[in-house]
Amino acid sequence: MTGLTVVGSLSAPIGGIMAIPARYVGFREREERAGVASPAVANRRGTVSASPVYLDAATAAPPHPVTRQALLAALDDGWADPARLYGQARRARQLLDAAREAAAATLGVRADELSFTPSGTAAAHSAVLGGLLGRRRVGRVLVHSAIEHSAVLHAAEKHVAEGGSVGPVPVDRLGRLDLPAWSAAVRAPGVALAALIAASHEVGTVQPVAEAAEACAEVGVPLFVDGAQVVGRVPVPAGWSVLTASAHKWGGPPGVGLLVVRKGTRWESPWPADERESGRTPGVVNLPAVVAAAASLRAAAADAAAEAARLAPLVDRIRARVAADVPDVEVVGDPDRRLPHLVTFSCLYVDGEALLHALDRRGFAVSSGSSCTSSTLRPSHVLEAMGVLSHGNVRVSLHRETTEADVERFLAELPGVVAELRAEAGVTAL
Amino acid sequence: MTFPDEVLDCRGQRCPLPVIAAARRLPELPVGSVVRVLADDPAAAVDIPAWCRMRGQEFLGTVTGADGPGYDVRRRH
Repeated sequence: MTGLTVVGSLSAPIGGIMAIPARYVGFREREERAGVASPAVANRRGTVSASPVYLDAATAAPPHPVTRQALLAALDDGWADPARLYGQARRARQLLDAAREAAAATLGVRADELSFTPSGTAAAHSAVLGGLLGRRRVGRVLVHSAIEHSAVLHAAEKHVAEGGSVGPVPVDRLGRLDLPAWSAAVRAPGVALAALIAASHEVGTVQPVAEAAEACAEVGVPLFVDGAQVVGRVPVPAGWSVLTASAHKWGGPPGVGLLVVRKGTRWESPWPADERESGRTPGVVNLPAVVAAAASLRAAAADAAAEAARLAPLVDRIRARVAADVPDVEVVGDPDRRLPHLVTFSCLYVDGEALLHALDRRGFAVSSGSSCTSSTLRPSHVLEAMGVLSHGNVRVSLHRETTEADVERFLAELPGVVAELRAEAGVTAL
Repeated sequence: MTFPDEVLDCRGQRCPLPVIAAARRLPELPVGSVVRVLADDPAAAVDIPAWCRMRGQEFLGTVTGADGPGYDVRRRH
């Protein structure tokens, strides 16, 4: 079988589809007998008033149907080590090659530029540390926006701990990169790499990647773009040298990241030597998950424009109605240049953790950048960089299963939830 | 350096409590009064200036002393 044929089959179930639902249902039944509560069971036990509404796609989107089909099918065909020299391994290698071809074609890059990593975080770490290592003779400065994902910032901290330096570039109140400051920062001597998130994972503001890339190109500094929130949803702007993404953000399985290093980029693996994935990321890949990631990426990208057109007006509705119906609320992020599926707001005088729990009790799954909801008890560095209210913060992110009715129910219940919490805290008249 | 008319000790309190304390006290003082909110929750550094902006009050700045960070707010209206 040629790689191309396998690519074609990725959009369809690879194994016996009839067996899949039965096996899945059997697993669910065993789980319930063992007392493992699924959301639906918890619901039937009466703790939640209606069916759960999941609104945290920016953390992990529910799996695309293609993900489940491809994952289960690839478990049958793709368990062997692709590096070995026997039939089962060759089959696994074909699947891996096909997955790489499919993912690369979706992103418009060459297959040999793309590696699968164990997570989006691992991909971001590799992008930052490898980009810095590859240009260590030029200098040891990493320029990055103040609103990068923590995976990028943690890699930057490691770089600083090892004697390197960083130049964070500010954003404005709407979360937009300060382009003149960025251009000046990348022009400074000793800059090895610049890192820019394509769109804020916390507030949805789309960054001026093309302009930032131009500033980098003028001075020969490679640009790493964290595409976690855009890949599979909106087109990735050109001009980057290194790109990363994370499969569970587009409805793929958890535990698969993408690391793309363009030809000609000075990038060197920061990890101990390993021949896998062109030497870019060590260890055998989780092949069934990789196959599912590639298949679902193609499916998500095919529907992306239509989904964006469907979700963007729902986000507009949330922005408008939250501002109108909830007193003392700050809807944050750029109202125009923003992601189609993500919206963030902060409710004055409300404890973010209490708000998340209250919404969870009503079946709404959302996330928050408030300090009380973070393990470090620090407010979101993104909200901090923007200078916007960080307490009472809620991030709502939509996905392909989100319906207008889900959004309406959220908008109908939110004002009462906030009012109740304010009444409990005695802050209604402030 | 501004000398505050009143100091609110919100150390040990988590946000939004220091902001709520400022919101409760400031309107009780004459226009032009300055309240210093002592707060060690790092969110206060973001939320007190943001509250001033949302409420049209004046954020004068952060002072760092032996008592930890203090946030000075002037009543404007």
